Amino acid sequence: MGFDSLIGGTIWDQYSQKVTDLMNNPQNMGEITQEQADEMGATLIVADFGAESCGDAVRLYWAVHPKSDVIMHSKFKSFGCGTAIASSDTMAELCKGKTVDEAVKITNIDVEMAMRDDPDTPAVPPQKMHCSVMAYDVIKKAAAQYKGVDMESFESEVIVCECARVSLSTLKEVIRLNDLTTIEQIADYTKAGAFCKSCIRPGGHEAKDIYLVDLLAEYEKEKMAATADSSAGGGAVDFAQMTIFQKLKAVDKVIDDNIRQMLIMDGGDMEIIDIKENGAHFDIYIRYLGACSGCASSSTGTLYAIENILQQKLDENIRVLPI
Amino acid sequence: MKVYLDNNATTIVDPQVKAVMDPFFVEKYGNPNSLHAYAGETHPHLKTAMEKIYAGLHAPKEDLVVITSCATESNNWVLKSIYFEYILTGRKNHIIVSEVEHPSVMATAKFIESMGCRVTYLPINHEGLIEAQSVRDNITSKTALVSIMWANNETGAIFPVEEIGQICEDNRVLFHTDAVQAIGKLPVDVQSFPVDYLTFSAHKFHGPKGVGGLYIKKGRELMPLLHGGSQMGGYRSGTLNVAGIVGMGKAMEQAIDSLDYEMEDVKEMRDAFEDELLKIKDTFVVTPRENRTPNTTLISFRGIEGESMLWDMNRAGIGASTGSACASEDLEANSVMEAIGADDDLAHTAIRFSLSRYTTQEEMDYTLDVVKKAVKRLRAISSSYAYAPEGHESGLSAH
Repeated sequence: MGFDSLIGGTIWDQYSQKVTDLMNNPQNMGEITQEQADEMGATLIVADFGAESCGDAVRLYWAVHPKSDVIMHSKFKSFGCGTAIASSDTMAELCKGKTVDEAVKITNIDVEMAMRDDPDTPAVPPQKMHCSVMAYDVIKKAAAQYKGVDMESFESEVIVCECARVSLSTLKEVIRLNDLTTIEQIADYTKAGAFCKSCIRPGGHEAKDIYLVDLLAEYEKEKMAATADSSAGGGAVDFAQMTIFQKLKAVDKVIDDNIRQMLIMDGGDMEIIDIKENGAHFDIYIRYLGACSGCASSSTGTLYAIENILQQKLDENIRVLPI
Repeated sequence: MKVYLDNNATTIVDPQVKAVMDPFFVEKYGNPNSLHAYAGETHPHLKTAMEKIYAGLHAPKEDLVVITSCATESNNWVLKSIYFEYILTGRKNHIIVSEVEHPSVMATAKFIESMGCRVTYLPINHEGLIEAQSVRDNITSKTALVSIMWANNETGAIFPVEEIGQICEDNRVLFHTDAVQAIGKLPVDVQSFPVDYLTFSAHKFHGPKGVGGLYIKKGRELMPLLHGGSQMGGYRSGTLNVAGIVGMGKAMEQAIDSLDYEMEDVKEMRDAFEDELLKIKDTFVVTPRENRTPNTTLISFRGIEGESMLWDMNRAGIGASTGSACASEDLEANSVMEAIGADDDLAHTAIRFSLSRYTTQEEMDYTLDVVKKAVKRLRAISSSYAYAPEGHESGLSAH
């Protein structure tokens, strides 16, 4: 934000030299045919991910040694922008010589790191990070094909932000631990939502099952529910922290549950007039109604009973003042 | 070789335009609204420029042509003032725009929609064109405004503004057209058909950036968006951009003078270029030439993502454009290609070449050569044409 937000930059200027070079001359671009795989005595795996209609598509070719599971050769073809092509190329390179089990551990973050010129400068600008995710996904697809299992079996967690690979459980935990309320805070704490931004809310580059705004809304709802519970006598929220409205409701609830019945039986009732903070004390002004208003114990026994129960249930600094 | 083929985004300032602007920075820098000779010496130049701008639009003197800071301001002005005068007051509750308007109309329409105005977004057909009938079908007694661009910036598609203007007049609905892509490419005459508001911008026809305009028919005056010192007849306050207005006047004059060249010679160059490109297999242009501005080609090469095509163009010194998802900073797909919706696989493959009267045949020959090489290289990388073993099931392409 601020100065940097005013004049847009050219995204290509933020590409590392490696990304630029790979886009200009991809090293592992090409195909492995069935005949070539047969000659190598390898199992041919051809895995597709993405779709041209979505703007990104990649086909990954592996020649896998059937005994050792080692990826002997790896090639790619890709429909996409420079980042997509350079990432696919790097991904194909990283697969070489690894076993299939080792290869599934390669993430888009590994791919991005491998394309950096120096370790501290990102290889691509944040909004391009999503173009590398496809490279990660296609490895899972290839491995799933090779092992004859479902692609999802490699992913133990639900990933909300694929660019930064932040899981649902991590996000939920960090939001609650730090009481996060904004998208910017989530990005600061976890980097989720800081890249292509499609995980923030619907309408971005890719449709998601769950968005960051959903997680914030969910947490907000939880907090509301907790407040509502406590003002209803649940006690989770401190009486002193409540809003005046919540205090009134909480006091009313305690009186309803514990006192009013007793008063009504004697032909009386009471109402809450106001609640005021008076130094360390909460002064609750009440008015007796019906039979109570003339009753002698209304300023002694009954009053102490009311005060006692409110102190017990809500806050020891409560004082009850009849008027 | 460097070749600029992004003239729908902005144009080179004509050296003659720059020359007439020059004296108003250091020599004649007076504020036209002051009471001294410094002000006075700007007046004849401003008057001449305004006369040229009026002449360029065929605007009668009784109408207004208000100079603004850009087309975005002009478009915002029309929609927001209509909102204030008609929607907020409850007299009307509806406006109509096309689904492929420039962001300055689209985002403003969305904004007033969020303020409670009903907005109809008219679809384009498979050729990227608007059918005038669809305007008639959507007008209600509560429609305040129809805003449809004259020519689309992405495809060059020309929309039937004459017919739409007539429909609006018949139904007593105000009609605004964003003519930014029309000036200098098509004959523009505000008296030849019913139009109440017309937006234009100098930098699209070899004038300076930061100068736009809004034609307003007599009797259709808008409340100002910018309040202040009552410049421009009180319709648009702010110290006059003297150099900019003088430059726009000259640029408008030249645009009219070069209209024939643009419509014949530039078109011929564009057509020949497009003919050659269409010889490459799996190459598509959606909007027919007779419905297109003479300088624009939006072309799709199957299997080549638009940004990667731009990359190869840029490496060869050619500036072109794409609205595809990867290229734009906000990652939205090309709205026009999505709206056309003919072939999903092509939604991210469109690349736009937009020529100008400065474009030379030599440049187009060079560009053609570069495009052919790029198509070859990028299709070799592309998964769209990649080998797959027998029985391989692919979800990459719809084909």
